[in-house]
Amino acid sequence: METYFTKEHEWVKIKEGVASIGISEHAAHELGDITFVELPQMGKVVKQFEALAGIESVKAASDIYAPLSGKVIKVNEALNDTPEIVNEAAEDAGWIAWLEPADLAELKNLMSRADYDTYLKGLE
Amino acid sequence: MSYSPNTPEDIREMLAAIGAASVDELFAPIPAELRAQSFALPGGMSEMELLRRMKELAGNDRPLIGFIGGGYYDHYIPAVVDHLSGRAEFYTAYTPYQPECSQGTLQALFEYQTIICRLTGMEVSNASLYDGGTALAEAAMMALRVTGRNRLVIDAAVNPFSREIVRTYLTNLGVEIIEISSKNGLVDRQALTAALTDQTAAVILQNPNFFGTVDDLSDIATAAHEKGALLITSVYPISLGMLKSPGAMGADIVVGDGQSLGNPLSFGGPSFGFIATTKKYIRNLPGRIIGETLDRNGKRGFVLTLQAREQHIKRHKATSNICSNQSLCALRGLIYLTSVGREGLVELARLNYDKAEYAKGVLGAVKGVQLLNAVPTFNEFTLVLAKDAAAVVRQLLDSGVAAGVPLGAYYEGMDNCLVVTVTEKRTKEEIDALAKQLEAAL
Repeated sequence: METYFTKEHEWVKIKEGVASIGISEHAAHELGDITFVELPQMGKVVKQFEALAGIESVKAASDIYAPLSGKVIKVNEALNDTPEIVNEAAEDAGWIAWLEPADLAELKNLMSRADYDTYLKGLE
Repeated sequence: MSYSPNTPEDIREMLAAIGAASVDELFAPIPAELRAQSFALPGGMSEMELLRRMKELAGNDRPLIGFIGGGYYDHYIPAVVDHLSGRAEFYTAYTPYQPECSQGTLQALFEYQTIICRLTGMEVSNASLYDGGTALAEAAMMALRVTGRNRLVIDAAVNPFSREIVRTYLTNLGVEIIEISSKNGLVDRQALTAALTDQTAAVILQNPNFFGTVDDLSDIATAAHEKGALLITSVYPISLGMLKSPGAMGADIVVGDGQSLGNPLSFGGPSFGFIATTKKYIRNLPGRIIGETLDRNGKRGFVLTLQAREQHIKRHKATSNICSNQSLCALRGLIYLTSVGREGLVELARLNYDKAEYAKGVLGAVKGVQLLNAVPTFNEFTLVLAKDAAAVVRQLLDSGVAAGVPLGAYYEGMDNCLVVTVTEKRTKEEIDALAKQLEAAL
């Protein structure tokens, strides 16, 4: 399953028409110990690259932007009690929400893993 | 650095910059009769002379016997409150939040948060806000954030000044505020529940309300929650010594004014506001929060916590623009409550209640006076007089009594209504005298 990335370090994977999203391992590492994930409200409708959720670590408070337009259909409730999952498995168990994507053609605005790796090298 | 403002040289430069030849010419457009007539102040005095003069002036005071409440109350303040809060460690510290050098203040504020939670029956409190009115406005904004909705239902029996502050705070936020008229000093439950929709962020009530009525708001909490709205209640902390706590009624956010907790009336301030909520909403609680932690040696310590909510980190997305608190006044509240104690607070509340009940009986028996209703009250109740209440209050002021708060200015058609407050400081003789004076005035 292909993973796509944004410049703001979110990832998105599409499975059976549903988009799961989260922040990249790089972002989780840069944020340091994550203390709180402000999950989006169920049913919230967002446009691509609009603020979707919030994340706080011992270092900073940041927005999480929607990699795709769509509607929130599920949130990772486990993060309420154990936000550190994002540090442990940012691109797997540390997912943040599921979106019902409005338009999969928007994936063309995102980076492949290889492109994202190159992008990260450029940031160093 | 010079601390003298406006030296002759400064004045010359400023006049030159605006092209005026002299200070007189600068003020010439103001008609002479509207200008200050004289700055002729008396010459300096020695300390001894000054003290004599000030005592002479203080001797002219005619302290009123106060039956005025309506938000600020004349309670006795034990000497320990002034003594401890006046210690330089507390009194002179400015923004004392650095944990490495302010453990005393931080611990005091942590204890303050603890007593506010115990008093209100809530789970979390911040380290205080400015006053009861702004605390109510912050609570309203908190409910809007939490629910993502834009409608508020507020009972007209909430303090009129606080309602005005809420309106002012929300002026430009596109929030619809629905005010529910009171029914004979009671909340109109039918109208209130009918006003609840799936866009209602919160229901705002006060207990005891502005008319003095004490109510159990549990059913309203349930009705609000069924619509996904929060219940905000504003409370009078001393009354919580005997009334059911807002937490037990199902309130989601509880606010109030802390003046009655060891802060003098002092012409209306300063005071402090308190705000408490449930753990669920802690990240939307505005202001400073002190947390308990362990230092690297495993010893208990106190620090500011959950600071990501605040504007120095979250900027425009912060929960509130409030970053200060009323540390010193809140400290007085803490010292007051700890000196009164758990049992003392119950006794104090009971004393207020008993004296008010006595006053209700005596004043209610005066010819031309009726009680607004026959509902339970705490230490405040509303009388309906045979005459305009404001005029009666003015008349009684001449005999040294402040009889209460006339309601005409705040509620239409209630010109003859007077809210009378009886704290533990009022004596039987004073209450009996008020009855006699009312009788004479009516």
